[in-house]
Amino acid sequence: MARKHSLTAGISGLSITSLVALTACGDDSGDGGGDANAWVLTGGGWPQIEEDFERWNDESPEQAIDVEAYENDAYKEQIRTAVGAGEAPTLIMSWTGGALLEYVESDRVIPLTEHTGELEDRVHEAVWQNGVIDDETYAVPLNDVQPVVMYYNQEVFDEVGLDIPETWSDVEEAIEVFNDNDIAPFSLAGGSTWPALMWLQYLTDRHGGEEQFAGVIEDGESWSNESILFALETIQELGENGGFIDTYNGISAAQNEDAQLLADGQAAMLLQGSWVYATINMDFPEFAESGDFGFTTFPELEEGQGDPSNIVGNPANYWSVSADAPEEEQEDAIAYLSEHLYNDEAVDAMLDAGSLPPLNDISDRIEGTEAEDFLTFADELVAEANHFQLSWDQAVMPEHEQVLMDNLSEILSGNITPEEFAENMDSATS
Amino acid sequence: MTETAAPRSTDAPESPQGPKVADEAKRPRPTTPPKKSGIHRQGPSFLMAVPAVALFGLFALVPLFGVIAISFLDWQTVRGTVEWVGTSNWETVLSDRSFTWRALELTVYFVVGSYLFQMPTALLLGVFMAGAQKYRALLSVLYFLPLLFSSVAVGLTFQSLFSPNYGISAALSWLPLPNDWLSNPNLVMFVMVFVVGWCFIPFHALLYQAGVRQIPQTMYEAATLDGAGRVRQFFSITLPQLRYTFITSSTLMLVGSLTYFDLIYVLTGGSPANAVRILPLDMYIEGFSSHNLGNASVIAVILVAIGLALSLLLNVLSGSTKMQSDKAGA
Repeated sequence: MARKHSLTAGISGLSITSLVALTACGDDSGDGGGDANAWVLTGGGWPQIEEDFERWNDESPEQAIDVEAYENDAYKEQIRTAVGAGEAPTLIMSWTGGALLEYVESDRVIPLTEHTGELEDRVHEAVWQNGVIDDETYAVPLNDVQPVVMYYNQEVFDEVGLDIPETWSDVEEAIEVFNDNDIAPFSLAGGSTWPALMWLQYLTDRHGGEEQFAGVIEDGESWSNESILFALETIQELGENGGFIDTYNGISAAQNEDAQLLADGQAAMLLQGSWVYATINMDFPEFAESGDFGFTTFPELEEGQGDPSNIVGNPANYWSVSADAPEEEQEDAIAYLSEHLYNDEAVDAMLDAGSLPPLNDISDRIEGTEAEDFLTFADELVAEANHFQLSWDQAVMPEHEQVLMDNLSEILSGNITPEEFAENMDSATS
Repeated sequence: MTETAAPRSTDAPESPQGPKVADEAKRPRPTTPPKKSGIHRQGPSFLMAVPAVALFGLFALVPLFGVIAISFLDWQTVRGTVEWVGTSNWETVLSDRSFTWRALELTVYFVVGSYLFQMPTALLLGVFMAGAQKYRALLSVLYFLPLLFSSVAVGLTFQSLFSPNYGISAALSWLPLPNDWLSNPNLVMFVMVFVVGWCFIPFHALLYQAGVRQIPQTMYEAATLDGAGRVRQFFSITLPQLRYTFITSSTLMLVGSLTYFDLIYVLTGGSPANAVRILPLDMYIEGFSSHNLGNASVIAVILVAIGLALSLLLNVLSGSTKMQSDKAGA
């Protein structure tokens, strides 16, 4: 009997053990024998970042920086605990937004303004501003700029004799024509929820401009905002009237299924981040080389107040310097940021990989690269953007991210109305 | 996990005990029955238990009390502030937070569903596998395979299989199959019960197989002589003889389903519309995605309480204290 109890307690305790064990994980981050350190993410454009650290360590071994790679979700879960415990790496990576604000308010990161003058001149203003809080720079971009763009399959458009939609009434016409031809107008990985956030952001922005979301986040206004409600309604309509592929709630972005539907011609368009360009080239080379793979901007909303040049996405990932690190490590980290970031070799490596550094004077260097068309398009998109909105899941305070995604998932399933979404968000964030 | 199954196998083989009994019979019987010399026997056994007790204390009791303590704290990880908030987390989780009860309801569906699917299937498979034919041995190996795969691999594989556009529904489009396996909130619970069952039925079938093999053949021979058919033998001999295995397996199944996490997390993340966000997953999301360690700890304590209660209930219902031997007549 006693044995059975202990077994049960053991099994039940498993959940608790893991909870406590995970909380303790930040402790072994290692100080690398006095060297400054940085955590980077695996996958994406990160091999180039790691190589760049290697070059830095070769060039200035007395200021070497240790690098450890983490998988995305594991990183997000560990970094907050590590920062809170004063065990953060010297260089703290973030997506800015709510997380950076929290770090700054808690004095966990140090201001960098006086060390970054030259870099500031080189980086796109709209991207740079994300790391600035109260006129003080706390975070500097470290990798490529990631706007959300509309991809399309030209072959499918030719088949039904349509042009690529530029306005929302074009979109409505396209939905009708594609539905008559049994083709899905838009692919959407609704099962992963976050791709639907891109729709919510673009539609809100096009309807009311970037001030709408800023008001909710910065001034604590209600989520029951005309533009947000319009965007949520439109998303539900697209789900119901065949705008999205009818299986959208079961499609996962983790396996790039949404991109595959576009490549197969089962869907005509896909709204996704700029990283999908590399995915399609790598996973669906036939489609990428067929000449049918195209990309354009989000359609203009005729009645909308928003500037059609506005874009949403991830301006970049950013480095901050930990306030808990010893002064010597901080100096090494700052030296890396001010002297080394976006050096010639690193920029070339990024361009070769098809990713766009957020730099002002990049157009000459794009010429002749393999992904020239896309990089030029993305560069102009970013350079001409009136406003670059950070993904909302990163922009909100970290404790509200899950509520936002949960409620958006309910919207996609049609379980709640836009008004209920706003009520739920208000009660969670107020 | 196999620990509970062990006593069955150790007391079962009769041959090693045979000679001992014979030796004892030759010895002159002592006039007074040998005292149950407590000290002599308990000394070494207690010492041997020390590592186990120490590990249990370190990895089960310390975290348990830790999590109970955290459930009364407001722990802001980044700000580094820890504040005693009394029962405020408990009130939030049990009353203000509507999702707790929904998660509990889903957990009950999941536990009951898993049990109803796994128990009969594992029992029948186990009984079938206990036969001596060679093809059964081969099939047993095949049945056992799912247990060897990692949950993440299983999750990703089933994610592809259930994909609405490229999975089994698309491949077998001539069959009237639904294609929204993972996106239909009404269907996804059944899918999870099936996939988790697929992973764990082999383990329980193995327990039952071992159980069936312990049943003395003489019972079946006697029953055959009495004219009992196979069905009658199954219900009158096999089932009653398997009651210890049944209790072990049921406890593991029910408590296991109660705390099951990884495959559901990989396969669905709780979506669509939180239709499979059972308590362990809810605890994880609340703790590590919503960064609310206090609330997550409350959910963890609730899980421990339910787990203990369930295990105790099973013990009482099965009357385990009254059980003496499973060998005394069928």
